[in-house]
Amino acid sequence: MNDTIQQNKLALFTEHLTLSNLAFSSDLKEEALTVLATNDFPTTRQEDWKYTRVGRIASIKAIQNQQNSSISLPEMIDDSMLLFVFENGRFRADLSLSTLPAGIKIKALSSCNSDELSLVGSLVKQENQVFTALNTAFATDGILIHIERNQKISSSIHVLNILSGENTASFTRNLIVCEDFGQAHIVQEYRSQEANSSVTNVITEIFVGANANLTVDKIQHEEQGNFAVLTEQVDQKKDSTFTINTITLDGTLVRNNLNIEVNGSNCESNLNGAYLLKDNQHIDNHTIVDHKVAHCLSNELYKGVIYDKATAVFNGKVFVRKDAQKINAFQSNGNVLMSDDASVNSKPELEIYADDVKCSHGSTTGQLDDEAIFYLRARGLSEKAARNLMVSAFIGDVLEKIENPSVLKMVQSIIQKKHGWEF
Amino acid sequence: MISIKNLHASIDGKEILKGLNLEVKAGEIHAIMGPNGAGKSTLASVLAGREEYEVTEGSVDFDGQDLLELSTEDRAREGLFLAFQYPVEIPGVSNVNFLRTALNEIREYRGQEQISAKDFMALVREKSAIVELDAKLASRSVNEGFSGGEKKRNEIFQMAMLAPKLAILDETDSGLDIDALRIVANGVNTLKSPNNATIVITHYQRLLDYIVPDFVHVLYNGKIVKSGPKELALELEEKGYDWIKAEVDAQ
Ligand SMILES: Nc1ncnc2c1ncn2[C@@H]1O[C@H](COP(=O)(O)OP(=O)(O)OP(=O)(O)O)[C@@H](O)[C@H]1O
Ligand SMILES: [Mg+2]
Repeated sequence: MNDTIQQNKLALFTEHLTLSNLAFSSDLKEEALTVLATNDFPTTRQEDWKYTRVGRIASIKAIQNQQNSSISLPEMIDDSMLLFVFENGRFRADLSLSTLPAGIKIKALSSCNSDELSLVGSLVKQENQVFTALNTAFATDGILIHIERNQKISSSIHVLNILSGENTASFTRNLIVCEDFGQAHIVQEYRSQEANSSVTNVITEIFVGANANLTVDKIQHEEQGNFAVLTEQVDQKKDSTFTINTITLDGTLVRNNLNIEVNGSNCESNLNGAYLLKDNQHIDNHTIVDHKVAHCLSNELYKGVIYDKATAVFNGKVFVRKDAQKINAFQSNGNVLMSDDASVNSKPELEIYADDVKCSHGSTTGQLDDEAIFYLRARGLSEKAARNLMVSAFIGDVLEKIENPSVLKMVQSIIQKKHGWEF
Repeated sequence: MISIKNLHASIDGKEILKGLNLEVKAGEIHAIMGPNGAGKSTLASVLAGREEYEVTEGSVDFDGQDLLELSTEDRAREGLFLAFQYPVEIPGVSNVNFLRTALNEIREYRGQEQISAKDFMALVREKSAIVELDAKLASRSVNEGFSGGEKKRNEIFQMAMLAPKLAILDETDSGLDIDALRIVANGVNTLKSPNNATIVITHYQRLLDYIVPDFVHVLYNGKIVKSGPKELALELEEKGYDWIKAEVDAQ
């Protein structure tokens, strides 16, 4: 009985959605439809969704909104960045750069042929994954970034995703390929404009070639009232470095799935995350680092500050496979609860099947040190300034991993606007 | 400057200060001595506004203001400074950054302009030199990984930066070797003026060779039980507190 009601929810959700006509494999789309026909939205009975309820997403009367809002482009991103704009999963050519530097191909998926999209779906698995299947079935557009072999792209690439309107379901599919010895910095920004009761669903498949060096800054600040489920699936080849900084500053419900498969030796993987929540916001970071081969290093640092009745979830898995010797894997999650009603579920997990490894993980959750606050106030700081200073010091550990100064500035200005801090 | 009358304060229902009186005038240095647990740090904490303490009776007038009505930060902005017996380590918060914020908040409170970056740095250089605090320490995280002596010097550095009307030094000399003691005392003396006052809480007469007090008080069992000239400190050092306890208990 319950099952049919749930089933109807997913069917209802997809009722007004149009199938993707992007040029990637139709087998994938078929598979997606099968998954959707045989599954429900996940419930908290599923381990992966234990602390995150998606009921509010399920009840959206979803449409693939085609609006072209007049958008004031973010003044804080510097002009030297290569800007590409998507609204509700549709390419806004009018706001995007048309000429590219040499050594790189950047295109909207909607203008790619099937050869160019042959890698789509080769990293993510759809089986029982409703959000992945939804994305595969209904993706409207997304960005293809292809950095050619030996190319170092000196300008940063800024992909701005804007969510707008009511009941919008935005399905964005991205493909990032950084070939051997390539190097690039990509900013994936998610913001909203007059959006409410809308949902963002993004899948980004990322290929990091041998000896390549790719950095992604993922900045999330869609306003409250909106929901987001995002997945990055990463494949690292030998001698490569991949860094991703996930900064979540707004949104009613945000679920991030970050999965990194380290398939080559001598790789470095850096996963940094910062989240600042207030009101009833909920953020869920699920990460997986899968060390399949020897001699690699992964560093994971996630920190959160949780105000009011907000809730955070951190679930970080690190696998070290049987033959993956000499792995250094470090993982840590720290949280500061700023109110008695704030809460966090933090679960760092290490699964180690090799014997010669150096791994550590830890999780701390606490409140600000009252003694320190008193000390600062005794020097003339207001209580608010004292708290802000301590909180920004706490989260600053993560923010300082953002190497690009204009991205850091943007993050600071969003924090200032939303939380009233000074830096 | 400050006039404390019949001050009673308790913590967790236990009365620690039991009717304390003290009067300090501008330009003066007062030393407070007394056995462990007498209530010296409690007095300092109550004056600085630590919220765990409850004032049950008495009054504190600070330059015409009812001190007890002010928040901790407003007391600081009015010119009260407490050098902590145990300075707190605050990882990630840079010493100079927080001092700049403090200084600017104090200035704003007083209707003064914000200090320029250039003037601020000049002030840091000038004041850190007074306590011979390494410039590197000045910009590190507040007290994090500082040695005991460095923490105490950092307290005096902060005092120098904020130029308070009334400074209360709670055992700033404890744990200092003779050189550090000289440096700290020298800092205090350099900052002394006819317009400000200092209360030094100490167990050791040797500090008072460097910072010469106008008055020495004995705090015992929550009250000032004896006051005298600086020679009283020598007497206490020689004879301990038993004779005073006996005197008090006899009454
Ligand atoms: N939370 C508390 N509950 C009960 N008693 C307390 C509490 N905190 C402090 N006290 C007591 O208050 C008394 C005064 O302590 P205070 O720190 O003021 O002494 P002091 O004179 O500064 O001593 P010292 O010379 O050792 O620094 C002590 O007996 C101490 O045990
Ligand atoms: Mg004490």
